[in-house]
Amino acid sequence: MHLARRHHSSATEELQVIAPSKLAIENVSKNFKGASGAVLALDHVSLNVAEGEFVCLVGASGCGKTTLLNIIAGLEKPDSGTVQADGKPITGPGRERLVMFQEPALFPWLNVFGNVLFGLKLKPNLTNKDRHDVAKYYLELVGLSRFERANIHELSGGMKQRVSLARALAPNPRVLLMDEPFAALDALTREQLYGDLQRIWQARNKTIVFVTHNVREAACLGNRVIVFSPRPGRNREEFAVDLPRPRDINSVDLAVHAMEITKALKSFSQPEVAAAA
Amino acid sequence: MKRFLLAALFFAVLVLLWEAAYRAKLWSPVLLPSPGQVVKYLEGAAADGTLAKATVITMRRLLVGYFIGIILGLPLGLLTARWKVFGDTIGTLALGLQTLPSVCWVPLALLWFGQTEAAMLFVVIMGTLWSVVIATETGVRNVPPIYRRAALTMGSKRLHMWFKVILPSALPFIVSGMKQGWAFAWRSLMAAEIFVTILTGFGLGQLLHYGRELSAMEQVIGIMIVIVVIGLLADKIFFSPIEKFLHRRWGTSQA
Repeated sequence: MHLARRHHSSATEELQVIAPSKLAIENVSKNFKGASGAVLALDHVSLNVAEGEFVCLVGASGCGKTTLLNIIAGLEKPDSGTVQADGKPITGPGRERLVMFQEPALFPWLNVFGNVLFGLKLKPNLTNKDRHDVAKYYLELVGLSRFERANIHELSGGMKQRVSLARALAPNPRVLLMDEPFAALDALTREQLYGDLQRIWQARNKTIVFVTHNVREAACLGNRVIVFSPRPGRNREEFAVDLPRPRDINSVDLAVHAMEITKALKSFSQPEVAAAA
Repeated sequence: MKRFLLAALFFAVLVLLWEAAYRAKLWSPVLLPSPGQVVKYLEGAAADGTLAKATVITMRRLLVGYFIGIILGLPLGLLTARWKVFGDTIGTLALGLQTLPSVCWVPLALLWFGQTEAAMLFVVIMGTLWSVVIATETGVRNVPPIYRRAALTMGSKRLHMWFKVILPSALPFIVSGMKQGWAFAWRSLMAAEIFVTILTGFGLGQLLHYGRELSAMEQVIGIMIVIVVIGLLADKIFFSPIEKFLHRRWGTSQA
């Protein structure tokens, strides 16, 4: 006799495009105590991200953009201020908001397929067959179907980041948080991934917060580019980028946007040496 | 196949050199028996069952003690890595006792447990335990924080985190600790068996010891060969496949 009938969703259900989240960041501040004293990594930062929006945060290193991403992920807690996803406060990490790190952070004891399956195995109410089907779907989406049995160390840098992307997408999060995921890749691989990421964003309808120090990358990917300044970390200016998609990083229109953003970025960042004096 | 032939040739040459040394009468035949005499002893010991019996007794002591050592060592290592208070206490104790050659436990074990199996098990456990504790602790401490963070965002926590992220990530360290523990346990068991008569059963070490008492050098050398072969088999059957898997997955192999 069955004591409880479990609800069970199929792979097709699991693969459905779900509503993306909206994010509300209000008055968030965060201090770090470093070797050279306390650093105000974020100083009263407020930011709203709409459902399904692709937002890029740009700024020099040390401007707190990665800290903000970690706070949205729930990996770090703000000293003050609130962060909400769909009106609910973010209290810790959760698979609604998955992160893609700069380093691939793939698990070397699992093969490619095992890595993509990792987050899916933590999702209840799925059969193993569903999980396999879903993992296969996302590996196909990032173009790595042929490599599902490969070991992580056998992949190139770009392939590793594709696996990371598939792993982050597989549990079907509402928000994708990306922390300079392409910074360590060569230009050609990066360009391919810009195209793929735009295509996947449109197909899967996610809210994406993308951190980068590369202005052209930000202009190429984001609906909105938010410029951060360091010491203390603040969001200073926003740029809407309304070019048609898919965008080409080498297009002239994009370069015009990038130039504007760069100008703003430079005006907010004092030279390092002067700041230290 | 070529590698096998080459290895076979190498060992054949070794045996021939031995035979030549025997024929040249460099040493008295009492001190250096011929390969043939050793084989004859081994055949005899195999036929009357003494060899099998001694091997079973020794292997049982080793395996039982070894697995108890691992089963105790793994959780202790996790505890020392996870909580400072265990690291400061058990971790320091493990570090200290690991430097103690485990054969040093023999006198104490004999006084505590008498000339019994328990004494032998105790020595083997002491040989295994501390290496496993320290290796597990080091392995856990070396888990890249980003693995934990990535797993956290995917909803892994507590036991799942320990079993599916931290332990697998620490596996290369743990396996090398297990290998070291095996070597320590094997050496200390042999030392104990050679120097102490254990009333509950005659192991390989005791056979070797009686070979010396009887001045039966072919027995001493024969048992030494058996001990070497057991060590080799343990490596080939148990550790090699695990290490091959680790090398393949982590990409650390040169070959």
